[in-house]
Amino acid sequence: MTPVLLEVDGVTLQYKTPRHLVTATYQVDFSVHQGDRYVILGPSGCGKSTLLKAVGGFMPPVEGSIRIRGHEVDVPGPDRMMVFQEFEQLMPWKTVFQNVLFPMKVTRKFTPSEARERAKAVIEKVKLTGFQDAYPHMLSGGMKMRVAIARAMALEPDILLMDEPFAALDALTRRTMQQELLSLWEQLRFTVLFVTHSIEEAIIVGSRILVLSPHPGRVRAELNAGNIDYTNIDKPEFGALSKRIHKLLFGDETMHAHTTEDAGA
Amino acid sequence: MNGPSGKAPLHGADRPEFESELVDSGVIGDVERPLSFIERVINNEGVQRLAILVVLIVIWEIYARWLNNSLLFPTFTETVRTFWHDIRNGVLIDRTITSLRTLAIGYVFGLALAALFTTFAVASGVGTRILSTLTAMFNPLPAIALLPLALIWFGLGTPSLVFVIIHSVLWAVALNTLIGFRSVPETLRMSGRNVGLKGARYVGLILIPAAFPSILAGMKIGWAFAWRTLVAAELVFGVSSRSGGIGWYIFEARNDLDTATVFSGLLTVILIGLFVESVIFRAIEARTVNLWGMQR
Repeated sequence: MTPVLLEVDGVTLQYKTPRHLVTATYQVDFSVHQGDRYVILGPSGCGKSTLLKAVGGFMPPVEGSIRIRGHEVDVPGPDRMMVFQEFEQLMPWKTVFQNVLFPMKVTRKFTPSEARERAKAVIEKVKLTGFQDAYPHMLSGGMKMRVAIARAMALEPDILLMDEPFAALDALTRRTMQQELLSLWEQLRFTVLFVTHSIEEAIIVGSRILVLSPHPGRVRAELNAGNIDYTNIDKPEFGALSKRIHKLLFGDETMHAHTTEDAGA
Repeated sequence: MNGPSGKAPLHGADRPEFESELVDSGVIGDVERPLSFIERVINNEGVQRLAILVVLIVIWEIYARWLNNSLLFPTFTETVRTFWHDIRNGVLIDRTITSLRTLAIGYVFGLALAALFTTFAVASGVGTRILSTLTAMFNPLPAIALLPLALIWFGLGTPSLVFVIIHSVLWAVALNTLIGFRSVPETLRMSGRNVGLKGARYVGLILIPAAFPSILAGMKIGWAFAWRTLVAAELVFGVSSRSGGIGWYIFEARNDLDTATVFSGLLTVILIGLFVESVIFRAIEARTVNLWGMQR
């Protein structure tokens, strides 16, 4: 078995709105192993994005602990690079190349020349070589998302945290991006923790799926999905797993409610 | 309409499907065609502005000639002649340099203080509230109203002028910077903190560039306030040390009832304003916020 990278132990998360104290997740346990494509799946209100932020170090748990390689997570750090859903995560005043270079420059993890080499290589990997001197506002949504992924991967973090990264893209681009993410993973075998509300996306992207129930988020199941991607989406395994997850989330209700329509986090 | 009996046929099934070859669109000419020289000239903003200026000057000239009273309203040609004369003998250039030097000192100090204040203000919630209260108090207070006080504190001379200029720049810039900082998207902040940025590096590498459109707007407002305040202040207490500024030039000419010189002084004020706005600030915008797509 591959070594454990991230351990989340009985984590309860709460945050305050001006009027309420909201409990986002309640005593959630899971662990992510080296090389996992670990997906947290759940409807809106299950606290999955909040959970990801807590792993990122942006929010301390009120109960339980989050450890990465045995060290307690307390502040944000470049060992856990985040990719967000919003396109605003890129710095509009920097070109694609400068955006990818920026985290490496700030953290001084690599020498300047090494950082430039790495930035070039990773931009080529996400197929943006022709656009490295373009500013983000000139790019399409999918290209911006590729830059964000390239920027995070260039730093070689212990784990890549992706918060519904493809939710703001159109359906065709989303599909391309999912395939590209998988082929990048085939080449580099990084560890990724991926949050989504789409059952289909979870099955295709994930090797292991954590299903959360809403209000507050609690663990419903942890499933394997490593053998399914776009090449065998028409096989019965896909439908069976998708049905199983649907049942876990919504009980035995009829299948007319589609979670994919729900864009909220 | 379908009757109540029987199900409607599958929608669209009565119409055949088809696929077709693409029609040749070559007949309409190039998909993109460069505009002709005349079209481009007419669409040019600079040309349009120039045309407006020419029209205004012609109206001025005709009105002044019709009035025929150079004490009340000198003609454009007379104003330009005086303007040129005073530039040739160096008086106007001297006065302008004196004014601009004072302005530059005040403006730079104002910007530095604004930067200092807002950096402290974003560090904590209390700081933000202190600064927003201060700007709410002092931003509406006309700088020129502080001139009597400045004269008591600093006496006649450049320090008083610098004081009122700082006042006019500081609050406008601080207010806009603070608004800019507040509107930086949460994801951009988080991606900055994600790589471990904190404190001054976080402000300098993330907040300031992200808020730059707003900061630049503040700097433009601050510059206009400062320039206005300076000319007005020079009119009130005239000469500082030995050489007066452009306001003093206008004031002196009024005392001599030399209206053409008053006009040439006003023309100088306008020309400098136009230059700073449409050359200096335009150039900064083109290299920053326009290039970055943060402002059209």
